[in-house]
Amino acid sequence: MIRAVERRLRVFAFGGLLSYRALFGWVNPYVFIGVMVIPDLTQIVFFAYLGRATGIGDDTFFLVGNALVAAAIPGLFGMADTISDERRTHTLSLLVVSPASRLSLFLGRALPIALNGVAVSVIAFAGGSLILGVKIPLTAIPALVVVIAVTAFACTGLGLVNASIGLRQRESATISNLIFYFLLLAAGVNVPLALLPDWLATIAQGLPVTHGAEAARELVAGARLADVAGLLGAELLIGAAYALVGLAAIRAFELQARRGASLELA
Amino acid sequence: MRRALRAVVLGGALHFKQESRNPFFLWIVICTPLVYATMAYFLFRGGQDDATLVTASLGSALMGIWSLTTTAAASTLGRQRRVGILELLVAAPTPFWLTIVPITLALAALGVYSLATGLIYVTVLFGVPVTIANPFAFCVSVLPMILSMGMLGFLFCAAFVRFRSSWMVGNLFEFPVWTLSGMLIPIAVLPVWVEPISWFVAPTWGMSALREAALGNASPWDDIGMCIALSVVYAAAGGALLRVFLRSALRRGTLALS
Repeated sequence: MIRAVERRLRVFAFGGLLSYRALFGWVNPYVFIGVMVIPDLTQIVFFAYLGRATGIGDDTFFLVGNALVAAAIPGLFGMADTISDERRTHTLSLLVVSPASRLSLFLGRALPIALNGVAVSVIAFAGGSLILGVKIPLTAIPALVVVIAVTAFACTGLGLVNASIGLRQRESATISNLIFYFLLLAAGVNVPLALLPDWLATIAQGLPVTHGAEAARELVAGARLADVAGLLGAELLIGAAYALVGLAAIRAFELQARRGASLELA
Repeated sequence: MRRALRAVVLGGALHFKQESRNPFFLWIVICTPLVYATMAYFLFRGGQDDATLVTASLGSALMGIWSLTTTAAASTLGRQRRVGILELLVAAPTPFWLTIVPITLALAALGVYSLATGLIYVTVLFGVPVTIANPFAFCVSVLPMILSMGMLGFLFCAAFVRFRSSWMVGNLFEFPVWTLSGMLIPIAVLPVWVEPISWFVAPTWGMSALREAALGNASPWDDIGMCIALSVVYAAAGGALLRVFLRSALRRGTLALS
């Protein structure tokens, strides 16, 4: 029993860490900066100026929204790549026949990605506020970190669903982009929910980032962590729901692929 | 000269057909204008001004073109390297730049899908009548716009021939060029010091040419001229860079390993 738990923890911790390192090919830090830092900062600047041009929202609105959605990039693309990279390197079949617990395996891979999402989002927040001259109250920073962590978790949950689709679909990058663009459009990141049609605003309530962005905006405006507990709870719940659906779908699609011998063909 | 033209035309047609079947590339050129035109529609408060929305649809179409060009062109050599034909292409009797230029031009040419998508989408879904004030100038300006984007892609491709992570460059330049070239954000909103930089970015002139031809506020011919002039500059700079980097890679034997 203890050995089984130990094995699971080992798969969770070391498997996740190794997979993460292989995922981004971290030979040089410049790859991280080029892929995850600079694009997020330039995205913040682009939308802040778009906001100035349209007169909708101030710089803070766009900084908060885009800094939070930055956590979705590692969550979506990173999780999808855990499947597609295995397929590309012809190790997906080996992974599927291995006796390792799928729960430990995929949660182990999700944890570093969620932490990465937190780091990217914090950097985007700090860098974006410096570039745009947005003042974030120092007292709000610890609560903001909590919101960022919850949002990164929710995005990674959605990433697990995305990863499961990777077992059925070869074009995981396309699907990741599709989901990310949908978040940009509908999750209250760049377009206030009040400006969206009702049906889209309703869908937004079930997306990661929507409640996180709202909570972060309230914190920057002076609210306390307790004031946004409801929003945080909703974000957490959404993330957990996506994670559960993702893990179940991975299991179901894996069985389906084994039965149909379609693992490499998807 | 005829041989070079043949390589560009045939290579361009071949790559255009090939890349038209790449789902990821099609996604970029078709969905980028859809998403950004929708966003612009909501942000510009549901289209109180048709001219603004026509400009936004053109801008979002050009965003799709640039997105594909920068993402795919920067990683072109990486793809050749990955499938193991980079050395063969470099060693072929056809000059290497004549192998690369058709690829980047074909990628930019896929932008016609983006342009069509942007205009049809805004017309059909948002009911904004897209009337082109000067159809002849509009059609003419599409070609130099594609040429200039393709040559800027070639410049990027050449500049990053030595880097294994060249695919990363596409990410780096996507938003800056969108911001600088007035595709969705008027340049007047940007800081004053940014405007002179935008003059050296060909999509600025491409966007301006299409906008003037569509709205008929001013003549687009100066912008078309600037597109062509910058394309020549990009081609010359890209050719020179490619020569230097290839020589260096060949001398060190790092073409496949860099």
